[in-house]
Amino acid sequence: MRYLPHTDQEIREMLKTIGVADVNGLFSSVPDSLVFKRPLDIPPALSEIHLRNHLRDLSRRNAHGEEWSLFLGGGCYSHYIPSSVSYLISRGEFLTAYTPYQPEVSQGTLQAIFEYQTMMAEILGLEVANASQYDGSTASAEAIRLAVAVKKRRKALVARSLHPEYRQVILTYLKNEGVSVEEIPFTPEGALDRPALKKALDRETACVVAGYPNFFGVVEDLSDVAEAAHAAGALLITSTPEPLALGIFRSPGEMGADIAVAEGQSFGNAMSFGGPGLGVFACRKEYVRSMPGRLVGETVDAEGQRGFVLTLATREQHIRREKATSNICTNVALCALAATITLALWGKQGFKELARMNFDRSQDLKERLAALPGLRIAFSGTTFNEFVVLPRQKPTDVVAKLVDDKILAGIPLWRWYPELAEGFLVCATEMNTDEQIDRFVAALRRLP
Amino acid sequence: MSTGGRGFQFQEPLLFEISREGRQGFSLPSSTKPRREPPEALRRLNDPRLPELSEPDVVRHFTRLSQWNFSIDTNFYPLGSCTMKHNPRVNEEVARYTGFAHVHPYQPDETVQGCLALMHALERYLAEISGMDAVTLQPAAGAHGELTGILLIRAFQTATGNPRRKILIPDSAHGTNPATASMVGYEAVPVKTGREGRTLASVIAQEMNEDVAGLMITNPNTLGLYETEIRDICDIVHSKGGLVYGDGANMNALLSKARPGDAGIDVLHINLHKTFTTPHGGGGPGAGPVAVKKTLEPYLPVPRVVQKENGFAVEHNRPQSVGRVKSFFGNFGMLVRAYTYIREMGPEGLKRVTELAVLNANYVRARLKDSYHLPFETGQMHEVVFSDKFQKENGVTTIDVAKRLMDYGFAPPTIYFPLVVFGAIMIEPTETESKETLDRFCDAMIAIAEEAKKDPELLRKAPYQTKLRRLDEAKAARELKLRFDFTNKR
Repeated sequence: MRYLPHTDQEIREMLKTIGVADVNGLFSSVPDSLVFKRPLDIPPALSEIHLRNHLRDLSRRNAHGEEWSLFLGGGCYSHYIPSSVSYLISRGEFLTAYTPYQPEVSQGTLQAIFEYQTMMAEILGLEVANASQYDGSTASAEAIRLAVAVKKRRKALVARSLHPEYRQVILTYLKNEGVSVEEIPFTPEGALDRPALKKALDRETACVVAGYPNFFGVVEDLSDVAEAAHAAGALLITSTPEPLALGIFRSPGEMGADIAVAEGQSFGNAMSFGGPGLGVFACRKEYVRSMPGRLVGETVDAEGQRGFVLTLATREQHIRREKATSNICTNVALCALAATITLALWGKQGFKELARMNFDRSQDLKERLAALPGLRIAFSGTTFNEFVVLPRQKPTDVVAKLVDDKILAGIPLWRWYPELAEGFLVCATEMNTDEQIDRFVAALRRLP
Repeated sequence: MSTGGRGFQFQEPLLFEISREGRQGFSLPSSTKPRREPPEALRRLNDPRLPELSEPDVVRHFTRLSQWNFSIDTNFYPLGSCTMKHNPRVNEEVARYTGFAHVHPYQPDETVQGCLALMHALERYLAEISGMDAVTLQPAAGAHGELTGILLIRAFQTATGNPRRKILIPDSAHGTNPATASMVGYEAVPVKTGREGRTLASVIAQEMNEDVAGLMITNPNTLGLYETEIRDICDIVHSKGGLVYGDGANMNALLSKARPGDAGIDVLHINLHKTFTTPHGGGGPGAGPVAVKKTLEPYLPVPRVVQKENGFAVEHNRPQSVGRVKSFFGNFGMLVRAYTYIREMGPEGLKRVTELAVLNANYVRARLKDSYHLPFETGQMHEVVFSDKFQKENGVTTIDVAKRLMDYGFAPPTIYFPLVVFGAIMIEPTETESKETLDRFCDAMIAIAEEAKKDPELLRKAPYQTKLRRLDEAKAARELKLRFDFTNKR
């Protein structure tokens, strides 16, 4: 009971002040028939020593990236997190603060979010970014809701090469709002099928959503897609599971995107079995009043000093009720803070160099794998740090065999793409040492 | 802008203002891989204007910013309906174990047995605590859990022939509820709270019909009152084919004392970041698992963790599922923290949590009831709502009381919520606060009530002891500045 400060003496004094005889007397408004009378069927309390041992035992039943060679991407990436990031976000004043509703005592969180908004708008090449969404998948769904609201149209064209789980979330979010979602296929290069897109674009289309890079790691210039969408009166939304790519590749804004969303986990957040992530959301300024979620704005205090506050709250659920732009409330402010700190450490040059390093390493791996007999690379397009490999064997067998070598080899695609049932997605980042890459190539070469 | 300030009352410019060209706070590993050139047509045109700083610059900047934040680690944070309780550090430590932090969601099932075992057990514990049959851990926050819950109701109603059109929402429910109902294609129908601050079965009986898919109810409600007629309310909704959604944000009042499932609730979200001590992080991450009765289990989001003969597995094929509400497995890091807390407390500990949380709220109520107006006279659970009715006589309002409280070193309570109480001041002390802390807080609140009588102007200009004085929120909305303006940089 180390979290509970009350002494018996204090409890007695407090009950006396309240005017009830015992603690049970405080629950008199719960009808007796609804009072829970047996002990909860959960395990008994553990001391801190046993608790840590138990959790350590559980954690040891997982293979993890510090002991295994991990070549998995697909929307969750292993990147180095500088020690200062974990140290700074663990400070109680950040970690245990609430949503900054009272600006006079929340300037730390508010200023950090203002810095985050600036960085995300810069990286995505758009005018405004909000103070975060749950993750890349829900940010993608919210982006379509925004497009539907501002365009007053009810159709969304979504690239089949968009992260499959993002597509699933989009369907869950939009099916009850009367929005139809149509898939646009991909080409042998792994790019968005332009003729199919042009055929599907019509006066009912609110937006086109494309992965950038897409789920297969393919990076393509979407400028012509933006033009086509705009010509039809629709918006271009880009969705980026690996925004580190934007250190070297054209930003969504530079290609004409109207809304750009991303999964910011790569910026200083641990993989943590896929969550929490960091939903990044940026758009043109003209849509800011329809944007879902929080925004921090600059202002002054009563003495004219610069300060920051939550702003445009009239879009939000607690004010606007059923007419709100979204129901989002608690999201992932601490993950946004981790991203802000990480990007401040990387800096302008580091961001570029780290992106370049990921590109170089994965290109090298891709070429070495392509040279193996019987193994092919699925798509000819430029890729960032991941790419689809077609081995001779069943991908699930390959993955299972390499587990014996402590290698987590790739993500089999059969579940989402029957047409790529023979493929698996392989990823390399700065965390994969030269030795790991050599062992991986050798292990694949050894397969029958 | 200088980084000096006055003594320890330092100023802290923005990162972009302290940036100096050529600085870097990051060391890149060396690589023997050849340099490659991305195709010209794909290369970024303008580099993002990220700041250029050394590691000491960054550490000092964010350490200073942290010091401008109020937090539960620094003092009492009596924010109603938000359950700002102590965040145990052991939770943080175990969530950072490499075997949890460096695990990828697409690893083969046999390599993530620890994660799956933890999730499976946490689902069972939450089902037992809430009196429900099955749990999904996927939703990322309370409002996300609400969305999932209403999607489940819609899926159930659609499967039985008709999704129906409306959702009833008592006015004492949480602010996110109407927005959620509308996102799932429902019309939110407000229901008036009775004079005692509770939802009345007789009112629900009038509003309930075959057009209503369900009712969203918060229990204890946002006035901190247990809905005494909950059983009858659930029966009425069920009798017309509706389902009852429980907003479980206030579970801290119920642990081991009463279970929503036993009262007839069909679907409930639980805010792990409130009751189960995962830190609020300045606005998240949270986690909003959803617990359901057996009838709704087939509709839960995919994937599900299932126990098989040779261990745990992830099951994707569930044809009746509402789909997926988030990528991967939810906010796993938060699940580790909540699991750790439940194992730390055990059944007796959790019961004690609720008893002391309710004791603390009633103690604050007893100590402040002569200084602040109590709109409702009935028994209180884990939080208490006052109004500014007494202070208004001197032209002092809730916001002034809240701002003045900062000068006494406390975070303001939740204000102007719930909407059913004009000038609401909503206080939730939680069980981790001692009697001394509550006494210091109550003394401050009483002193402020006295100041309101003697010197109302003093309150209207508060706070005085914070880094910044009262901020101009209207200006921020009028002259939107949402990012740093690089054109003014030297």
